[in-house]
Amino acid sequence: MNQILTVFRKEFRSFFSSPVAYIFIISFLVVTNWLFFRTFFIMGQASLRNFFGLLPWIFLFLAPVITMRAWAEEKKLGTIEVLMTLPLSTAEIVLGKFLACVTFLIVALCLTGTLPLTVMILGDPDPGPLWGGYVGACLLGAAYVAIGLFASGITENQIVSFIVAIVICFAFLIVGENIVLYSVPPALGSVCAYLGLGTHFESIGRGVIDSRDILYYVSMIVFFLALNYLTIESRRWK
Amino acid sequence: MIEVERLSKSYGTTKAVQDISFTIAQGEVVGFLGPNGAGKSTTMRMLTCYLCPDSGTARIAGFDITQQPREVKKRIGYLPENNPLYMDMGVVEYLRFIAAIRNLPSDSVKPNIQRVIEVCGLEAVVAKDIGELSKGYRQRLGLAQALLHDPDVLILDEPTIGLDPHQIIEIRNLIKNIGRHKTVILSSHILPEVSATCDRVLIINRGVIVGSGTPAELAALSRGKQTILVTVKGPHAEVAAGLRTLTSVVDVVPLETEDGYGRFELICSADAPSDMAEQVFFLVSRSGWSLSELYRKTVNLEDVFLDLTTREET
Repeated sequence: MNQILTVFRKEFRSFFSSPVAYIFIISFLVVTNWLFFRTFFIMGQASLRNFFGLLPWIFLFLAPVITMRAWAEEKKLGTIEVLMTLPLSTAEIVLGKFLACVTFLIVALCLTGTLPLTVMILGDPDPGPLWGGYVGACLLGAAYVAIGLFASGITENQIVSFIVAIVICFAFLIVGENIVLYSVPPALGSVCAYLGLGTHFESIGRGVIDSRDILYYVSMIVFFLALNYLTIESRRWK
Repeated sequence: MIEVERLSKSYGTTKAVQDISFTIAQGEVVGFLGPNGAGKSTTMRMLTCYLCPDSGTARIAGFDITQQPREVKKRIGYLPENNPLYMDMGVVEYLRFIAAIRNLPSDSVKPNIQRVIEVCGLEAVVAKDIGELSKGYRQRLGLAQALLHDPDVLILDEPTIGLDPHQIIEIRNLIKNIGRHKTVILSSHILPEVSATCDRVLIINRGVIVGSGTPAELAALSRGKQTILVTVKGPHAEVAAGLRTLTSVVDVVPLETEDGYGRFELICSADAPSDMAEQVFFLVSRSGWSLSELYRKTVNLEDVFLDLTTREET
């Protein structure tokens, strides 16, 4: 546990040692605020539905930015050799990196807190969807991060890692969309709907926190972190 | 301290290391010598648990590298090839990070960092980021990182590569000092380095150990020839004939002549007495010639190395 925290601290600090973190946070806030306020006053509804509806798409591009350098840079610089010859297990490194990326994403998400505050001042929103939306956003973000880490682990090129992460996240996002559900055989429909990252986000976003949705996200995260672990471990056997 | 048994590793079809076995006692400084791509780094990477061997085992301080990697890693200080570092970290921040992962007790973190900064001569750069450091300082920081937890075993992969001669001497002295108390393995493809710092040398070529011994023993391995260079003023043919009469001279090769001086290379047989040069001197003075140069060429590691590493290929 101690080791995981040390890796976590090192990773988290490294975000802020380059301007990437600030650029990320600023662009994230500008985009979310603009997209939200663009329609907020026209619709005149005291809810964040609009914001949470866009979040899976915004995260789709931003989560890979956070994760792309996690492994790719270690491999490119060769520091992975230092890291892996320290008394650490690969699992501890994977978890430390995962926690750092998720924490960073959650920090960015917390900074959008001005949106619900505005809504609360101007109206009287239903607290269920609001809290549900944020819990869902954290889970969705964590799943994206797990996918992104896996993508970063298979290459030493940050751009490749970024694009692969987007492709995988995108595939898992649209597989639950209606367009896909209508075009696949009905037998597969429920499977696809279950696999969709967005489907579960929507159901949590309604304010109902269902253990099945939580279980889905947890298993997605565990699955991709395990794949990440295996790709990193397999390098030792090459 | 280190026992290696039939360690092998292949990358695809290339056999990087084949059936390497050796043991290293506590307090020994051992050098891996070999051309680039000989398998030195691969061997070190297996010992430090970075790579898993295909077959064979190794134990460091009694711990198996595949069964108890964490225990092994705790006891090793490792400087990887090309000394990778986190460029965006500060010098002290990096050492603190290593200390935290190494689980140094909190009251010994500061004195230990202080110690390695002193030993490695990093005082001038403590406030800097690693990215700003010169190559020499980066190398020292890599060493400091390896020494931080006062490990029993130090594994250094090409510790002086890319340094200027002055820095090389400094790092060598540092390694020598450390080697008085610790077990050290270092690799190099530069011969003088190994002969200057190591108690024992393992010559590795194409994944196998082709020679092993102290630098002096290895030198003796090389066909045992002795060569003497001599420049003499006197009638050429006579001098050459005179030199040939000496016992255990196998061949006399006339090299060049200048102002009546003739230069000869005397190749002596393996059992030549150690006072061959003296005999040449007495011969020259007896015959009334004058001597301007007399030089015994000792066989150095270079010759052994070239000899051992090219033997298989030819």
